[in-house]
Amino acid sequence: MDNKKSMSVSTRASDATTLSESSAGLLRELVAHLRQNRTQLREEWARRITRAELLTAMTEEEIFAEATAVYDNYVEALETGTFEALQAYSRRLSERIIPRGVETDEVVGIVLLLRDVLARSLFTKYQDNVEKLNRILDSYEPAANRIANTVAVGFVEERERIIRQQQEAIRELSTPVLQVRERLLILPIIGVIDPQRARQLTEQLLRAIRANRAKVVVIDVTGVAAMDSGVANHLVQTVEASRLLGATVIVTGLSPEIAQTLVTIGVDLSEMATVGDLQGGIEEAERLLADRAAPTTQVREIAPESQR
Amino acid sequence: MGEELRLSIAADVDVVEARQQGRALAAVAGFSSGEQTVIAAAISEIARNILMYAKKGEITLSLVQNGDRQGVSIIATDQGPGIPDIDRAMQYGYSTSHGVGAGLPGAKRLMDEFDVDSVVGRGTTITMKKWRRAI
Amino acid sequence: MEVPILRQGQYLIASIQSALTDADLSHLREALIAQVGRSRCRGVIVDVTALDVMDSFAVRTLRDIAHMARLRGAETVIVGIQPDVAFAMVQLGLTLKGVATVLDLEEGLAFLNRRTEERFLETKPKRPSERG
Repeated sequence: MDNKKSMSVSTRASDATTLSESSAGLLRELVAHLRQNRTQLREEWARRITRAELLTAMTEEEIFAEATAVYDNYVEALETGTFEALQAYSRRLSERIIPRGVETDEVVGIVLLLRDVLARSLFTKYQDNVEKLNRILDSYEPAANRIANTVAVGFVEERERIIRQQQEAIRELSTPVLQVRERLLILPIIGVIDPQRARQLTEQLLRAIRANRAKVVVIDVTGVAAMDSGVANHLVQTVEASRLLGATVIVTGLSPEIAQTLVTIGVDLSEMATVGDLQGGIEEAERLLADRAAPTTQVREIAPESQR
Repeated sequence: MGEELRLSIAADVDVVEARQQGRALAAVAGFSSGEQTVIAAAISEIARNILMYAKKGEITLSLVQNGDRQGVSIIATDQGPGIPDIDRAMQYGYSTSHGVGAGLPGAKRLMDEFDVDSVVGRGTTITMKKWRRAI
Repeated sequence: MEVPILRQGQYLIASIQSALTDADLSHLREALIAQVGRSRCRGVIVDVTALDVMDSFAVRTLRDIAHMARLRGAETVIVGIQPDVAFAMVQLGLTLKGVATVLDLEEGLAFLNRRTEERFLETKPKRPSERG
């Protein structure tokens, strides 16, 4: 990490050959100014946030506490030219404030406000020396923009992550593995199946087979609108994996359209026990369970793996 | 991220070691236990491939990143006889030694990316990667 | 790593304790097949609960054990395949076709009891000495 720091400084120096020396000096001066006026600028910023009606979900004390932390991270990023600490902080901040309903525009708004507050204080400080003010702003602006960007992007990424997590949770809830009686599981699949969901369903089912010591599983696909070869092959794999755990799978509710597609694309369903509807499937399952001496469903004819 | 683990493969205990290390790395990358198992199995296949055809070689494990996607990279290299007909070697059920012919094509099925680079008489490099799902 | 093979009644139980090398697996196969012949047992249980991965070599060895044991008069059942392992196996195209697999040791014993009983009933009427 130290390595990176020195590298970014050296590129900056080589980019602006003549200005480099003084540019670094200016940034130092700028940082010193922001440190000196920390209390006042931070208060000003928090005031402006409240006045702009941003972060309304938070109390004034909370806003002030977060503003202090952002301010310090901000100045540090300006000073060192490294953004890791700021990035990590904005992620944590986002984690805290997203559940409280803070929106993206509010976060962008407060960072731009800080940029504005600091720029104004620079105007005041250097108003008698326009040439120096210009140079200060030249070195301040790119860094300030990058900081604003870092915070906003951090927030958006965190938000996306949370949304994905919620989708995941909803998915898991929406595909329950039901135990109807001892050793019999039913997996009703509803909706669109993509490869990711198919994989998740299989993992869930296999764990449920083990946890419930299931002997028979009925997978009902009545609620599945369409099935491509990828999903169909996955279904075949699920049946095979279930057998490895000692459970027989019965597939029910294959619609005529899906049945036709599967045959057309040449998915090998010969190993799969299928029954027209869920009711029939459960009856068949009961028969298998009652008929404890049903090893024919367990052992099939010997065929080398390679002939598959 | 730059962390890299080099494992020499010269005996069948090394195959076990390689897949255990691969599973551990996959866990670090945040893969589910199901996916860790898949990665371990793929490593097992290509490690055994080294033993069977080249007698010895090396496997390098590392974490990789592509945008915001995390993944693992597994590179197997050997200075063995090379593979004369890669297409054929990648056919399921084809084997020139006493394997079941599930080795390379099997590993390919398990991974997201799979490349074979082989020169007859010089050796073989297999590069494979698996990426984590969105979450 | 030696795999202990226990004899229980007319069955042999091989209980794998940890990750196995190819040589360990081959050794297990030889030891089991030798014992099946010596002890004239009717069934073999291989408990793979401890295996956290099974690749093509492991699966082929298990299949060979089952086939060889059958040729020597014993039925084989593989017990304890973990859910993750099963899923990885089928993705590799390794389905252990023709080999009985059940959840755990208890199921394995119940399975062998049914099988041997059944085989006994099947073969019984065919024996000329038992007719009439």
